[in-house]
Amino acid sequence: MKYVDEFRDRARATVLTAEIARVLERIAPTRQRPIKIMEVCGGHTHSIFRYGIEGLLPSSLELVHGPGCPVCVLPMGRVDDCIAIAEHPGVIFTTFGDAMRVPGSRRSLLQAKADGLDVRMVYSPMDALALARSNPDREVVFFGLGFETTMPSTALTILAAAAEGVRNFSVFCNHITIVPTLKAILDSPGLELDGFLGPGHVSTVIGTAPFEFVARHYHRPLVVAGFEPLDVLQGIWMVLVQLAQGRAEVENQYARVVAQRGNRQALAAVSEVYELRPFFEWRGLGSIDHSGVRLRPAFAAFDAEVRFAVPNAQIADPKACQCGEVLKGVLRPHECKVFGTACTPETPLGALMVSSEGACAASYQYGGRLRTGGSLLRVVR
Amino acid sequence: MTAVLRPAAVDDRVLRKVSGARVTLAHGGGGKAMKDLIDDVFVRAFGAPGDAPLEDQARLDLAALAADGDRLAFTTDGYVVDPLEFPGGDIGTLAVYGTVNDLAVGGARPRFLSCAVILEEGLELAVVRRIAGSMADAARRAGVAIVTGDTKVVPRGACDKLFVTTTGIGAIPRGRELGVGRARPGDTVIVNGWLGDHGAAILGARGDLRLDSPITSDCAPLHELIEVLLAAAPGTRGLRDATRGGVATVVNEIAAASGVAIELDEHATPLRPEVRGFCELLGLDPLYLANEGKLVAIVPAAEADAAVAAMAEHPLGKGSVAIGTVHDGQAGRVTMRTLLGGQRIVDMLIGEQLPRIC
Repeated sequence: MKYVDEFRDRARATVLTAEIARVLERIAPTRQRPIKIMEVCGGHTHSIFRYGIEGLLPSSLELVHGPGCPVCVLPMGRVDDCIAIAEHPGVIFTTFGDAMRVPGSRRSLLQAKADGLDVRMVYSPMDALALARSNPDREVVFFGLGFETTMPSTALTILAAAAEGVRNFSVFCNHITIVPTLKAILDSPGLELDGFLGPGHVSTVIGTAPFEFVARHYHRPLVVAGFEPLDVLQGIWMVLVQLAQGRAEVENQYARVVAQRGNRQALAAVSEVYELRPFFEWRGLGSIDHSGVRLRPAFAAFDAEVRFAVPNAQIADPKACQCGEVLKGVLRPHECKVFGTACTPETPLGALMVSSEGACAASYQYGGRLRTGGSLLRVVR
Repeated sequence: MTAVLRPAAVDDRVLRKVSGARVTLAHGGGGKAMKDLIDDVFVRAFGAPGDAPLEDQARLDLAALAADGDRLAFTTDGYVVDPLEFPGGDIGTLAVYGTVNDLAVGGARPRFLSCAVILEEGLELAVVRRIAGSMADAARRAGVAIVTGDTKVVPRGACDKLFVTTTGIGAIPRGRELGVGRARPGDTVIVNGWLGDHGAAILGARGDLRLDSPITSDCAPLHELIEVLLAAAPGTRGLRDATRGGVATVVNEIAAASGVAIELDEHATPLRPEVRGFCELLGLDPLYLANEGKLVAIVPAAEADAAVAAMAEHPLGKGSVAIGTVHDGQAGRVTMRTLLGGQRIVDMLIGEQLPRIC
C-alpha cells in the first residue's frame, strides 16, 4: 500500500534502531537511569505496541506512554453525565466507538445501551447530524470527544447545523487541549522525562509552534512525529540526537503532514465555535486549568449542557487505580497494583485499560517488552 | 411444525402458491397461509420426495452414511447477519456453507442439513424467496441435501428481518483424527488465502460507514479443499474455520487447547490491499475480522510444503500460505513477529472491535 508500506520497511527500521543504539551509547553512560522519552499521543502508544517497537530498542531507553488518549483521560463522572443525557426521553445519544466501553460509576455507555437507552456508534459528527435530519422528532446528541485532532470536525458540524437551522442536534462538548496538560506534567514534582514525541495529528491542526515552551522553558527536546513505525523510530532518534548534542528544540519529523502553523481553516472553525473552560477534570491527573473547551454562548442552541440538565457528576477515581502515576510516567503499566488482576480489558477499572490506545490496554493486549522470556508481561495472568 | 423436504424433483408435486407481498403473522399460524409459504418458497427451492405427504421428520438411510465413515458428525449454528444480503452472498449462503464447514473441519463429509427460519412480520416475501433460492444453490454446490425445516413468524420488532438456524450431519471416515488439541511444537500454521474479506464486506455493506467498498465476502464450502489437504498431508493435526473473531481467535483456541505457543509472521499474513486499506482507515485489526471461507490448518512441518502446494491447486486454496509455527513456549500464548522484526502478543478479542477515535 502506497505511503504506508514505505514507513513499515524492515531494512530501514534496522538501520534506524542501529543508529538509535549508537547515539544512546554516547548519552547513556552519563546518566544514572535509563533515558525516558514520553510519547504524548495514544496513536503513538498503539503503534509502539502493535509493531513491537520497544523490543527493538536498547534497555537504556524507556518509552513512557503519555496522556494523549482522549478516552483514557475521561473521568467517570463525564460518562455518568452522558448516560444522564441519554436518559432524557427522545434522545439518541451518539458517540465514537471506543468511548462506548469506558466505565462510568455504575455502567458504561455499552451497558446503558443494553439496558435500553438509544446509544449509537458513529464514525463522524456529520453522521450524527445526518441522524438528526432523518429523525426530526428525536433529539440527537453527539458526544464531542478528543484533542485538537477531532475538535475541528465537531466545530464544522456545529457550523453546518447552524447554517441549516437544524434544531434537534446538540453536542456534549468534552474536547480537551493538550498543551496545558503537557505543562502540568512538566510541572509535576520528581519528573524523570528527558524528551517528548509530540502528537502528530494534533499538530496537523495546531502546528508545531504551540510546543515551543517545552524546549524554551523546560529545556526538553520535542519532536512531532507520525504514526507509522519508521516515523516513531525516526522521532526517537531525533530526540536522542538533540540530547547527545545538548540541544532542546521543537523539531518536525512529520513534515509530510504537519505545517509549522497548522491548518488555518481548522483553527478558524475551532476559535469560532469554542472557548476555553476555566478548568477541566482529567482522569488520573485531576483538574487542569484551561485544559478543556466548551461551546461559545452564540452556539448555546447546540450545547447539550445548556439544553439538558447535566448533573456534572464528580466521581473520584477508584482508590486502587494508579492511572495518574502511569500517565505521568512514574509507573509502567504492569507496575500498577491492579494491572491484570482487578483491572483487565474485560473489566477495566481505570480508563487506561479501555481504549486500545491506552497504555495499559496496549500493554496487556500486545504484551509490551517481550525480552528475556517476557517476565515483564502480564506477570499475574 | 416441521416439514420433511427432500432434494428430489418437485415437478410432480402440486405446489400451493403464497399470496401477498409481505410476511404476515398468518404465515406462521399453522394454517393454510403457512402451508402456502412452505410449499411455494421452501419446498419449491429445496425439493421434496415425489408426491408423498410431508412427514414431521426426515428419514435418512443409515447405510449410506455408514459407508462414509465410522462416526457421525453433528453440528448446529444460528445465523443473524445484518445486512441479509451483501457482496458475495447472503444469510442463506452463510447458513449452508457455515454449517458445512463446521462439519468439514472435523474431517467429516457433509451430507444433510436442516433449516429453521424465523421471519419478522412485514418482511418482503421476495427477500425470503431469494434467500431460500441461494440456500438451495449453496446446498447444490456443497453437495448436501436440505432435508428438514421449520418456519416461524414473529411480530414486527421481535427479530431482525430473518434468522436462520441450520443443523448439519455428516460422517467422519475411519482413521481420521483431527483435533484442535493436537498441535505439537514444530508444526506449521497454514491458511488458504486472503484474510478478513467477509468481515470487511459486511462492515462495508452496512452502509453506516458510507464507504464505497469493493470487498466481497469469501463465503465458500471448504470440504473439498479439506479432502485435498488431507490427501497431501495425512498427518494434519487439526483444522478450524476462522469465522467470528478471525484467525487470531482460532489460533488462540488452538494454542490453549494444545498447551503450546504459536508465533505468527506478520509478513506472511495474506491481506488484500482493499481489506488492509479498510482496516487502516477504521483502526481495525484484520486478524480479528471474520472469514467464511478460510481455514486454519495445523500441519506437521514435514508435510507443510506438500499441503500448501496441493491446496494451491484448488480454486479455494490459491492463496494458501504458511503464516506461523507452533513452538514450546508458554502454553496458550500467541505472538506475532511484526513487520519490523519486533514481537507482540496476539490475544483473544475482548468484546467487539470498536473503531478508534483518531
